[in-house]
Order: sequence, then structure tokens, then C-alpha cells
Amino acid sequence: MTTHETTAKPGSPPAPKPASRVTTVLSGPIGRNLGLVVALALLCVIGIVTAGDRFGSIENLTTILRLASVIGVVSVGMTFVIIGGGIDLSVGAIVALSSVWATTLATQKLATDFHWIVMVFTAILVGAGCGLVNGILIAYGRITAFIATLAMLAAARGLAEIISQKKTQIVRERGFVDFFGGDVAGIPVLVIIFALVAVTGWIVLNRTTFGRRTIAVGGNAEAARLAGMKVKRHTALLYVLLGVACGIAAVMLMARTTAGTSTHGSLYELDAIAAVVIGGTLLSGGRGTIVGTVFGVLIFTTLTNVFTLNNLDTSTQAVAKGAIIVVAVLIQRRFATRERT
Amino acid sequence: MSWSVRPARKLLTALGILAAAGTLVAGCTSNSEPQPAADAPVNAGSSNDTPGEKVVIGFSGPQADHGWLGAINSTAQAEAKKYPDIDLRVAEGTNDASLQISQIETFINDHVDAIVLLPIDGAALTEVARKAMNAGIPVVNVDREFSSDFASRVTILGDNYGMGISAGTYACGLVRSKNLGNPVIAEIAGIDSLPLTQDRSRGFADALRACGQTVDNRVAAQFTVESGEAAASNLLQAAPRIDIIWNHDDDQGVGVKAAFDNANRHEFAFIGGAGSKNAMRWIQEGSMEATVLYPPTQAADGIRLARLLVQNKGLSDLVQVEVPRRIVLNAPVVTKSNVDKYLPLGFES
Repeated sequence: MTTHETTAKPGSPPAPKPASRVTTVLSGPIGRNLGLVVALALLCVIGIVTAGDRFGSIENLTTILRLASVIGVVSVGMTFVIIGGGIDLSVGAIVALSSVWATTLATQKLATDFHWIVMVFTAILVGAGCGLVNGILIAYGRITAFIATLAMLAAARGLAEIISQKKTQIVRERGFVDFFGGDVAGIPVLVIIFALVAVTGWIVLNRTTFGRRTIAVGGNAEAARLAGMKVKRHTALLYVLLGVACGIAAVMLMARTTAGTSTHGSLYELDAIAAVVIGGTLLSGGRGTIVGTVFGVLIFTTLTNVFTLNNLDTSTQAVAKGAIIVVAVLIQRRFATRERT
Repeated sequence: MSWSVRPARKLLTALGILAAAGTLVAGCTSNSEPQPAADAPVNAGSSNDTPGEKVVIGFSGPQADHGWLGAINSTAQAEAKKYPDIDLRVAEGTNDASLQISQIETFINDHVDAIVLLPIDGAALTEVARKAMNAGIPVVNVDREFSSDFASRVTILGDNYGMGISAGTYACGLVRSKNLGNPVIAEIAGIDSLPLTQDRSRGFADALRACGQTVDNRVAAQFTVESGEAAASNLLQAAPRIDIIWNHDDDQGVGVKAAFDNANRHEFAFIGGAGSKNAMRWIQEGSMEATVLYPPTQAADGIRLARLLVQNKGLSDLVQVEVPRRIVLNAPVVTKSNVDKYLPLGFES
């Protein structure tokens, strides 16, 4: 996590000046995410105090993790796009379209004749396809990411409604549901997928050229171009990557709900962006962490869980969510400024 | 307001109308003799269905983003097709109140004979509906009520409070028949900010109070499969043992049931709401206890009522010669014993 305190875009307010590099604990991964760790720990304490064993039980833990895994996979993808200086508002719609496409009668018939893996590939291909369209529009068509993905948000969900005729398409493939709904050594398959995606994301971001290029492109695209990087191709690839993540999320969601519908993934764009931002990734690009994003997702999911365990209503929960976003960002910034001095 | 509430009360008895319609359908299906035209509406011996003067009806409803609303649209259009004297103009379904207002304005400018309107938001569409009424176009208000009685000639509603009552009363019956000492009763609501959700919850709580019970755990979802699954899995953690669960909506019920199956929790009686075909099939196979109907045929009824209004006809089963001002549909409980009767009325979610 220490590798990407690189070239923050000049002018972006919360970015630390690259001048000083104090190698204290606080600038390490723990320090950087301290605000999040504290927030999550606090939530857990509240959970244990108010709900006791019902919160602390293994089943509840896996419930939280399983809930977090779908949005988590999307958020990890979103982290890459945001670090790369972009934004994607269409993730929820892409999840919906992928889930619908992968559960049509035709796809399901193919899956019955061949193997349910067909549904998995369909979902991921559809996701990647949408991501590719986004990427090409943004990188080569020079349409602002905000606008291009806003268009995709409308179009993909519309297409999902057309394909599904606004009906809920039940997954009839028991093999599919059993596999993704099952667990390995007590750990739900969905959680394993989330963990694999997060770890892969961390490695790609911190230990590969691709990751370093992402940070460079997001930090200063012009400098990256002058340094000989294919900025356009890289930007397009980031959206494809997020599209693939959406496809995977669609598969997970289909397994969780045993259905594909055009209402899946509702408001994922906001949930994912919120998780990424409270995770400490700069919305302006050039800096961010996967670990922070994972914490961000866990905080929101745990919050919902604690509220439900205490039989509290959703409106209070929304207020708490808003407060947490602000507090977490403030704490993050406090540590960021301390790091600077 | 009180102005119309009183006649509405009076009419309530007469308003078994829908129940009547229901029995008519049932009458159709239970009749083993092949009917020459199974689709032809049957009613109590009047000339109401004989084609009359041409009626242009403008219909506008929210975007059909879930099964129930989809069924609202399709049954309305199917009903209009049965009458050669109806010319139905359907405005594109939307979730934007201001767009819907402009659709109604277009209907007014086109001088349609009547408007059937299922508003995205009752209050938001009241003003424009009033404008239509002032222009002499009768408005049939479906499902979500306007905030003024001057805005519609007829209001036809599902009974959200009644759904809660039906579900709660059925739950009370279970408590007695299963002899549950201190039952844990849970509720999975729909979108909490909607008045209809609040009405359902209020009805449920009121009915439970009648047998000395309360809702122990309550969560709210968003009427979508995904939100139902998420709310239900958290709920199952919140309550290690549950005896009765009422889920407001069978569309989100697909997700709710997935959560039950994932967690392998089936110790409770699972009661649904709305009455989708999925739910009715679960009831048939025994994986669901019951569901409370919220008829998706309200807009279809609205179309028929609009036609009667314009043609100056009354309801043939009423002595009164005018179409009533307010019709509240019944919310019966569908169980294994009567599911076959209701299955044809179910909607694909």
C-alpha cells in the first residue's frame, strides 16, 4: 500500500505534497486506513454491545461478508477506474443487464444442454462488452466519463428491461445456484470470490506495471503520455476491467437471489463510489487503495446489519451512512495532513 | 375531504363489486362447460357490454419496472381490446412525475373522452388531474390516491391497509391453530417512505394487536429481488427463531425466499403479498403458507369504468344508476385450499 503515494494531480486539495516522505507507522497501510479500522471496530463494538451473540456469531459474520461480496467486487473494479482518473456511473445498470442476459431462456437452455458455466461466461462477456463501449467512448470518443457512463446507465438498464420484458427471470440451473450458493470449508463461495478479486486487485495495483500505469494516468495523463504510455488504450482497459467486475458481480447476485432482473444492482454506482471514496481513494485520481475500498464496503454492510439486528428503521440508517462518509473522509484527511508535516 | 369519505363508507358494502368480478372469473373457470367466448366479460345481465359510442381513453401509469406494474399495464390494454368501442391511447410508462404531468396535459389538449391515471405520486399529479376534470374530462384515479377529491370522478384502489389486516388476521389464526405461546413475528416491508407501505404495516400491526401480538422484527426492502434478499438475510440473523413472517411484496419475495433457502431457515410460516404466480406456485408446492392479494387488474377495471362513465352507464350490479365515486378492492388471503381459484389472476413477476 505504500507504493502509490505518487504524483498526485497538482491542484487537487486533499493530496499530500510529494515533498516529504516520513516513514512512520502512520504512513504505512495501517495508518492510512486507521480512520476506517477505527470506524469498523467501533461498529463491531456497537454490534456486540447491542446485539451480543447474534452479532458475533459465525453465521452473522458470513451473512455480512456475503452481503458485502457482491458490491465489494464492483467497488474493487471502481477503485481502478477512479484511480485512473475516471468515474463509472453505469455499474448498477451493467450488473442488471449482465444478470438478465445470462438468465434468458435461450442462455439457460444452452446452459442446460452444455453446462451452467455458459451463464457465467455470458454475464462476464456482457459486462466486459459494456465496459468496452464505455472505454472506447471515453478514451477515443473523448466523451467525459461522467456523460458516457450516464448514457450507459440509461441504455443498459433499458436494454435489460427490453430483454427481460421487465419480468423476474428465475435461475432454473440448480447446479449454478448450488455451486455459487455453497461454501468451501465453511467459507461461502461468494466470499471466496470477493477475496480473490480483492487480492488480485491489490496485486495488480501495487505489484504490476499495469497498476503503476493506472496511478500515473490518473495522476497526470499528459505526463504519462509524454512518458510514452498508451494512455487511451490504458483508460479503455480500465473500463473493461470494471465491466468484467460487474459481470462477476451479476453472477454472484444471480446465485444469491436465484434470479436475474432489470432491477438488480440498483444504486450500485453510489454505493461503490461511496465505498471507494471513504476508502481513501482520491476522486480526482492518481491515488487510492484496494484495502481502503474493502474496508469501505465492510463498514456500510456492517452498519446495515447492526441496524437490522437492533430493529431500527432504514431512514436512521441512511442518516448514519451519510455521517459515516463525512467523518471517515475527515479522519482520513487528518492523517493525510499529519503525514505531510 | 370528509365530503367524499362519507359516501365512500356508504358504498363500501356495495363495493363487493370487485369481489363480484372475482366470482365472475371464478364462475367462468369453475364452469366445466366450454364457453363460446371465454374472454368475453360476463356480468349480471345488462346491456353494458354492447358496443356504444366510441370512447377515447388516455391511459398513463408508472414505468413497469416490476411484475405487478407490468401486469397493471398488460391487463389494462387487454381489457381495452375486448371492447371495439374503446380507443385506448397509452402514454409511455415513466418514473418522472413531471413527464407524466405533461402526458396528461397532452391528453387534455387532444380532448380525450376520459383519462385513466395511475400516478407515480398521487399528490404530484393532483393538480393536472384537476385541470382535466375542469376541462370536462372524467379522470379515473387508480391505486395511488390524489390529494384532492376534485381531481377525479372515480377512485379505484387496492386496499393496502386491508392487506395488512388480512395478513395480520391470518397470522393471528396461525398463532391460535398452532398454539404458539410467545410467537416471534417478523415483517419485511417494501419501500418505507411510501404511504402504501405504511398503510400495510399499520394494518398488520392493528390486526396483530387484536390477538395480543406485536411485530418483533421489522425490516424494509425496495420491492426488488435483490433488496428482498439482502433484507431477509439480515433479518434471519436478527432473529434466531421466527414463527411467522409477512413479506409485503411477492416481487421482492423471490429474493426473500432465496435468502430463506440459502440460510436453510424454514421454521416459520411465510406469508406473502400482492399475489404473483411465483408465490401461488410456492403455495401449491407447500413452500409458502399464504399470500395476500393486491389485484393487478385495477387499471383494467379503471378502463371499464371510464368507458361506462363516458357512455353514461352505471354498474349493472348496483341499484344506483351512476358509477360509484370510490371503489376499494378486497384483499383476500390465498392459501393452499383456494390457490387454484386465484392462480389465473396471478401475475408473472
